[in-house]
Amino acid sequence: MSTASERVASSSESVEFAKPKEANSLWSDAFKRLRRNKLAISSLVFIVLLGLLAIFAPLVSPYSYSEQNYDAIRQSPNWEHPLGTDQLGRDILSRLLFGARISLSVGIIVQVVIVLIGVPAGIVAGYYGGKIDTFIMRLVDILYAMPSLLFVIIIMTFLQGVLDNAESGFVYTLATANSRLGGLVGVFIGLGLISWLTVARIVRAQSMSLKNKEFVEAARSIGATNRQVMTRHILSNTMAPIIVAVTLGIPLAIIYESGISFLGLGVRPPMPSWGLMISEAIPNLRSYPYMLLAPAGALSLTVLAFNFLGDGIRDAFDPWMKK
Amino acid sequence: MNRRAYIIRRTLLIVPTLLAIYTITFVLMHATPGSPWSNQGDKPIPPIVLERLNESYGLDDPLWVQYFRYLGNVLQGDFGPSYSQRSLTVTDIISQSFPVSARLGLMAMVFAVVVGVTLGVIGALKHNTWIDYIASFTAIIGISTPSYVVVSLLVLVLASRYHVLPTGGWDGIWSTTIIIPTIALALFPSAVLARYTRSSMLEVLSMDYVRTARAKGLHERSVIIRHCIQNSLLPVITVAGVTLANVVTGSFFVESIYSIPGVGRHFVQSISSRDYPVILGTVLLFGALITIMNLIVDILYQFLDPRISS
Repeated sequence: MSTASERVASSSESVEFAKPKEANSLWSDAFKRLRRNKLAISSLVFIVLLGLLAIFAPLVSPYSYSEQNYDAIRQSPNWEHPLGTDQLGRDILSRLLFGARISLSVGIIVQVVIVLIGVPAGIVAGYYGGKIDTFIMRLVDILYAMPSLLFVIIIMTFLQGVLDNAESGFVYTLATANSRLGGLVGVFIGLGLISWLTVARIVRAQSMSLKNKEFVEAARSIGATNRQVMTRHILSNTMAPIIVAVTLGIPLAIIYESGISFLGLGVRPPMPSWGLMISEAIPNLRSYPYMLLAPAGALSLTVLAFNFLGDGIRDAFDPWMKK
Repeated sequence: MNRRAYIIRRTLLIVPTLLAIYTITFVLMHATPGSPWSNQGDKPIPPIVLERLNESYGLDDPLWVQYFRYLGNVLQGDFGPSYSQRSLTVTDIISQSFPVSARLGLMAMVFAVVVGVTLGVIGALKHNTWIDYIASFTAIIGISTPSYVVVSLLVLVLASRYHVLPTGGWDGIWSTTIIIPTIALALFPSAVLARYTRSSMLEVLSMDYVRTARAKGLHERSVIIRHCIQNSLLPVITVAGVTLANVVTGSFFVESIYSIPGVGRHFVQSISSRDYPVILGTVLLFGALITIMNLIVDILYQFLDPRISS
């Protein structure tokens, strides 16, 4: 089995044989292909704009996300409140903008947690093999057997309970941060804990096939330690599949976050998670549909953009996978 | 490894998997602070009553005693009493609500397979035409829209606005109440299936044996049906477990929003009322269902694809 980087390298040689070419790295090749994918690039633009709006939410949003105005309850969209107000008279546009902060930060930070757990677990399992491999992979298999949302729900119930009742030590520090961030820390940990499995599997497969390659043998023969081989040679050759998995993991994390917030286990009111806004809109569905449409549209569009971008990045790194 | 040895080994692997699911859930539930009695009514429960309650439900025993006692009961089909609905046992709740969820889930799976495979096959046959683009676009929208958004949008448009369908409830599979929840549950898995079928079908279409079949003058229709669809569905079967898992987790939202008296709705309610036995019971039920489904898929695959068992 040849790796993505090898296949990409051989393809660029056959295409550009006429002129003397500079060394094309995997990255520049992939980026070139990505740039030609209009759907992926427009998604990227959308995501960057959303990111800017999220970062500058306190400056651009007309009201605060928790400000209640009892004179303006459940107003349909109008000049003062472009997307209307909710059942407590809070401005929906402002809540949507602050909600983007939550969705994006969950999407990204959860991927960091996943990489921190999944990459070392996968490399170690694949590189050493034997008992360590069996242990890690059995654990992964068992956790895989459970539907992830079911698992998230149980872990979130547990985490919320622990964080709410923490009194001292490291957990207390986490709990303080958690309550200040409206339950976000629990969401990061909970989603990270269940989502590292796929990355661990990908990295393990890669490191198993890479560890017997000539270049690894060469590195070892000039005295590289196991640790150096794993970080320098195996990890760097596994970057492409990790990046693809992480990009496609972002929309999944966003959907999970809004799902558990919808069930009341994620972000806490008055923090404006899109999932929470959707769940608040459902009892008022019949008379006040705009309360649903704004957060539902924002959620679907964002997830859609990340999916398009993720597909684009996957095709860019591995043109053979594109059918 | 021969086929029989593989099947036996694979079947036995179910036991540690289920035990692990039970252990993880049990430990997490009991490590969660707060007791099942903490949000019953407005007044705090007097300590003496609390003590009696814990005693009668066996919650004052050491954790390992509870662990093995409950495990033993579960193996005999007794999931214990529900803490929040005192008159019912968990077995009652599950046996009342499971048939509802099973029917709805089955409808959704059939719908997902039919729609997903059709979209995928059409997309592959009309590769790179506008039909393919529409099919792929529909699929990616399906993947990007969570089931609770789909349910609420369908209720909003079809029930609240145009009064074509009811806004909620359950009246068996032969009534109009099943349409909205089925579509909402099936959308995500059918999108996944469509993408899988499409890429698998495209791969098969470029195979030598397809060219041979055409070259020897076979009717195009029989090439597609006999040679392509049959072979391209093989890898699609592997997603069956994932499809079931999607339908199960989707049911939490769909049943809660559409007020369907199924297992998913009970699960969501039991989480907020800390009804440990109901939580454990439903998690075990869903875990077992999905584990068995994966087992069936793996064994089926042995027979369908002779290359694997060699």
